Amino acid sequence: MIDATSLPRVLAAASGRPLSLAEHDDVFGLARPVPAFLEELEASGLTGRGGAAFPTFRKAKLLRDQRGHSKFVVVNAMEGEPAAHKDRTLLAANPHLVLDGAEYLAAAIGAKHIVVAVSRDNPATVNHLSHAIHERERRTLRGAKFELHTPPWRYVAGEESALVHWLDDNESLPQYRPRRPHILRIGHAPVLLDNAETCAQVGLIARYGGQWFRSIGTTTSPGSTLVSVSGAVTRPTVMEVALGTPLRTVLAAAGADTDPQAVLLGGYGGAWLDGRNIDVPYANESLGSLDATVGAGIIIVLPRGACGLAETTRIARWMANESARQCGPCAFGLPAIADDLQRLTLDARDATAAHDRLLERCGVVEGRGACRHPDGVVRLVRSALRVFADHVEEHASGIPCAAARSTRHFAAVPALEREEELVWE
Amino acid sequence: MGVRRRIGGFVLKVNPILCDGFGHCVELAPDLVRLDEWGYPIISPTPVPLSNLAALESARYAVRGCPRQALAIERVADVQS
Repeated sequence: MIDATSLPRVLAAASGRPLSLAEHDDVFGLARPVPAFLEELEASGLTGRGGAAFPTFRKAKLLRDQRGHSKFVVVNAMEGEPAAHKDRTLLAANPHLVLDGAEYLAAAIGAKHIVVAVSRDNPATVNHLSHAIHERERRTLRGAKFELHTPPWRYVAGEESALVHWLDDNESLPQYRPRRPHILRIGHAPVLLDNAETCAQVGLIARYGGQWFRSIGTTTSPGSTLVSVSGAVTRPTVMEVALGTPLRTVLAAAGADTDPQAVLLGGYGGAWLDGRNIDVPYANESLGSLDATVGAGIIIVLPRGACGLAETTRIARWMANESARQCGPCAFGLPAIADDLQRLTLDARDATAAHDRLLERCGVVEGRGACRHPDGVVRLVRSALRVFADHVEEHASGIPCAAARSTRHFAAVPALEREEELVWE
Repeated sequence: MGVRRRIGGFVLKVNPILCDGFGHCVELAPDLVRLDEWGYPIISPTPVPLSNLAALESARYAVRGCPRQALAIERVADVQS
């Protein structure tokens, strides 16, 4: 049993290698069937840890009320965000906790299949999971069968409808969902899709109860969450923090710069937060007033002296290339936005015009894709123009700062491997 | 065929995956649709009252005239007008 007020919870007993099933039972206790599981899940107030922070109970209940004797639980460990390392860290420590949570969810909604999806470009995690699933075959708890699927890594491949599309039809492309909530399906079978960390938290809630879960965190966002801190840190780290901890405390614990210029929160579809605001509690309800979110638990620290616009340009350029190019506004709009940002950052003559064009194009692109990929880029760009407003003026006045041409970068962006694809046929 | 109810409203919705920017909709329903700089339709998300028969008819033309069948009319229960 893990003590209610102590951290870490889902990363308890992390030792650099995954816990075997026997060790896992010693640390967390046996996973017994829980009749009142959904009540406990509701009492816990757990929200999804993949970025959208949707209440896990409501999603599970929606899927439980679906008809059909063949349902799926999908554990999403794709981790499309280049700056996120939480799911692979979790699965390298406690893979059985994630699988426990998936089994509880499967039992609650009546699913016969559990699919664990990891990117094939992440072979260490694939190994840990296939080993853990093999260990479990000797004792089936509730009869749900595990499958391991390994789609190729892309940014949008971890988006829920794209992942289900892959499982259904081997295409990692987002689907059009005109009405929400939308039930994703593999064939005709309804799918409950949850992030790997969410499943791990479910595994703890099923064992220790909803009140145990709520004993840390805030009332509206209870519990703990994993954060991946990178950028101006001594070493990029994944930590488990209680929601509602002041962001400054989180940064200090990660060994990061505690007087940063700005912090990128949520991921590459997230928002910049001004360095003056880092005393804000790290929870959605307090970050929301500053137009930021917890998102997928990504924190990128930008030190003073670095150029936030140059960082945003690199991110926007890469995100434009990662578009699935299904929807026109995303396929054409995101490269245009990245071009405008680059003009604003580097081209002194065109900077003012580029700034106006950028604001207009952000408004045009927003909300017009099948998934939220373009909306994320728009949010990032808007927050950059807001947070680095003084800096924007400096660039627009015709003197690009020296840091904009620096080769030292803080946000991890993979190399554009196929840049020629930026031209859409 | 029952009696058509004229209360409530409708919105024209585009499936952005199917849409390839042919632009027929802007010819057929110029009051509801405008184009962005890449030729893809921008449709206002505010519902139009069903009593606006001209708009409804043009929306129907747009739906039937779309070469990719990417448009749909969605009924909305109530509309402020």
